Amino acid sequence: MALLEVAGLNKAFGGVLAVQDVSFAVESGLVYSVIGPNGAGKTTLFNLITGIYEPTSGDIRFDGRSIVGQPPHRLAGLGIARTFQNLQVCMNMSARENVMVGAHLALDRNLIKGMLRWPALRRRDSALREEAAALMRYVGLDGYVGSAAGAMPYGALKRLEIARALAAKPRLLFLDEPAAGLNPKETGEIDELIRRIADQGITVVLVEHDMKMVMNISDRILVLDYGKKLAEGSAAEVRANPDVIAAYLGASHG
Amino acid sequence: MAQFLQFLFSGVTVGAGYALAALGFTLIYNASNVINFAQGEFIMLGGVVMVIFIHAGLPLPVALALAIVLPAGVGILIEKLAIQPAKGADVVSLIIITIGASLLIRGLVQIWFGKGTHGLEPFSGHAPISVGGASLQPQSLWVLGVTALVVVALWLFFSRTVIGKAIRATSCNPLAAQLVGIDIQRVLLISYALSAALGAVGGILLTPLTMTSYDVGIMLGLKGFVAAVVGGLGSGLGAVIGGLLVGVIEAMSAGYLSSAYKDAVPFVLIFVILFFMPRGLMGAKVTERV
Amino acid sequence: MKRLAMPLLALILLLLPLLLPNSYYYDLVIRMAINAVIVLGLNLLIGFAGQISLGHAGFFGIGAYASAVLPTHFGWHPLAAMAAGALATALLAALVAKPIFRLHGHYLAMATLGLGIIIAIVIRNEGMYTGGPDGMPVPPLEIFGYEISGERNWYWVFAANLLLSVWLCRNLMDSPFGRALRALHGSEVAAQVVGVDLARYKMAIFVFSAFFASIMGSLSAHYIGFVTPNVADFFHSIELVTMVVVGGMASVFGSLVGAVLLTALPQALVSFDGWETVAFGAILMLFMIFLPRGLVPTLAARFGRGE
Repeated sequence: MALLEVAGLNKAFGGVLAVQDVSFAVESGLVYSVIGPNGAGKTTLFNLITGIYEPTSGDIRFDGRSIVGQPPHRLAGLGIARTFQNLQVCMNMSARENVMVGAHLALDRNLIKGMLRWPALRRRDSALREEAAALMRYVGLDGYVGSAAGAMPYGALKRLEIARALAAKPRLLFLDEPAAGLNPKETGEIDELIRRIADQGITVVLVEHDMKMVMNISDRILVLDYGKKLAEGSAAEVRANPDVIAAYLGASHG
Repeated sequence: MAQFLQFLFSGVTVGAGYALAALGFTLIYNASNVINFAQGEFIMLGGVVMVIFIHAGLPLPVALALAIVLPAGVGILIEKLAIQPAKGADVVSLIIITIGASLLIRGLVQIWFGKGTHGLEPFSGHAPISVGGASLQPQSLWVLGVTALVVVALWLFFSRTVIGKAIRATSCNPLAAQLVGIDIQRVLLISYALSAALGAVGGILLTPLTMTSYDVGIMLGLKGFVAAVVGGLGSGLGAVIGGLLVGVIEAMSAGYLSSAYKDAVPFVLIFVILFFMPRGLMGAKVTERV
Repeated sequence: MKRLAMPLLALILLLLPLLLPNSYYYDLVIRMAINAVIVLGLNLLIGFAGQISLGHAGFFGIGAYASAVLPTHFGWHPLAAMAAGALATALLAALVAKPIFRLHGHYLAMATLGLGIIIAIVIRNEGMYTGGPDGMPVPPLEIFGYEISGERNWYWVFAANLLLSVWLCRNLMDSPFGRALRALHGSEVAAQVVGVDLARYKMAIFVFSAFFASIMGSLSAHYIGFVTPNVADFFHSIELVTMVVVGGMASVFGSLVGAVLLTALPQALVSFDGWETVAFGAILMLFMIFLPRGLVPTLAARFGRGE
């Protein structure tokens, strides 16, 4: 049984069918990429699976159980985490606090205990501060551990979101265009980071435009075009698929 | 039956005033996504300025013109001095700024004009007209008639004139409007001026019936906002329907249930709407892009 | 610096009576302390969680009138009345929070505004219990048979109350709950995907800040000895919001600064109501346009900060 199964997913915005009858499965432990031209429905697909949009019809199963209609905060509890194409960093907090909030569900969130400085709660929080710093170093943000989020450059913020997502110790991690806006060197670093994350056993699903990176790290690839599934398979299979070449890879990318 | 008609008349009359206020809210909201809390003060200014100039002996047409133009000027001032400098601030900040502006206006009027209540002579006499056993004030007909004219004029303005269309374009998509050469700043200024003028007209029309004083703006403005929300924020037609509806419901509740709680009715109504139909009667759906 | 803040505040509160020459100043400082605590609670909602409440004076009013009406007409003990007021306020806040916080920006502002106005109207109308527009006297507060009276005694009550409130709020902001709240303000979407149930958190902080306001309403009523409906009015709600705005959103010490400054201001303008309105209006506008973060955070940013 695959970790994530999507069956016949449809999403209509008014008259526009953003996602049409999309079905695929993601096996546990793989790096699975979703590619396609702009407007193909990749981010919409992500938003559907992570509970931000509700599907018009279709089923989404995580670990065998249907998660359609579940709000995002419940999905976090099931072990699903994500980053965003348009950064969603809390600029009113420090970098470390952003990461700490990723582990939100693992903590004692009681209001009264928080107010009273309950010792067990404080201890756990201190431990979390250290864990957050370690996570920031893990994603390559050594120099920013003490920074305010608002003071960090774009590339660093993208990694910060990844650190935040990892803080929840997720089983399934969605990365929405992690390399967008990054130069080749930074992209290579993200590439390597994703490998390290996958090596830990976390299943990674990513949306990306950078073909070199996608071909490099993906175990399987899903190709979308105009909201519909165009092809699915290993990197080699997709590269050789004539439909894909016609629709997408014809224009050279990376 | 007579009683019902009585309540209906008073409800529709004051409802027309709410409708004008609601149109003002809608106009500014459409142009700039701001809820202008000072809208109520424009209503107050219309009545107050009219009273001042009539008492000063100015002829009616002149006083009337001033009572519309001066509040419009205040509207422009608010846009220039309060809204423009705060460009890009979030919704809540802008609301607070307009609250500040309303306090400023009200306070200044209180200092200068005093706390007293003043009235105006009805436009065509005091003699009530008997309709179905209920008595209708001639002034009510003025209120309804002028409001209807204003609504038609606005409709023509927005659908037939270039400026009107420019305003509509700006409210749809400011960036696109700019790119086709529309001067957004001018659109905003016109919107605020027009909105203020609408409020002022309402104030002038209602004063002979309900008197005016430095603090009538708060309640009228808030109720006008309720009307705008009931009708669907952003919809002109909704604003008019909402205004009439709020006025009638308020009058009916005051008449049949409890007159002490008359002022609470619109606010209870807004809860009802916000709970069950947040988009109002004619509002549009919005999705946020993530 | 952060570690010294609480001891410093305690020291100031301890030594302050030495500087206060007479009852008038005691009264002024007490009013500042009362407002400070309400503003602390309100700031949690507005500054930290990024929501808005334009009707908070309504909650204050419920507490104040509970402490007036229940002992006077029903023979309740003042502490029981205060608890009942706070509980009723919390329940009311919880009831309206769920639907209200599905809304944003102006809808939320209007809903809270409407609530405050409805409360004020009810207080004015139920004259049989509340004394109507003229208000009613409030019996003194007694704890274990000892009646608290006189500015000097009340000063210690409110000073302790303030210190406790500051401590509780600072702790809260540093805790997982507080972080979730700030995250909610920073990016609702981000907060959601890490597991924050937005609706619950907004409701929790709304109820909590309403509760704070009600308690202060009760204490304030006992201190002054009299309540009038204008404690629940829109203008009072705006005064409170102004204190948050001026002192600093999302700043505990900003709340204190805002409360101190804007409690002192009306005293300076005692002669003319109109000027008070004008002043608050002008201050609101100027601060939101030029100093939107408020005094304390702006100054703190000037002197550099990371974490």
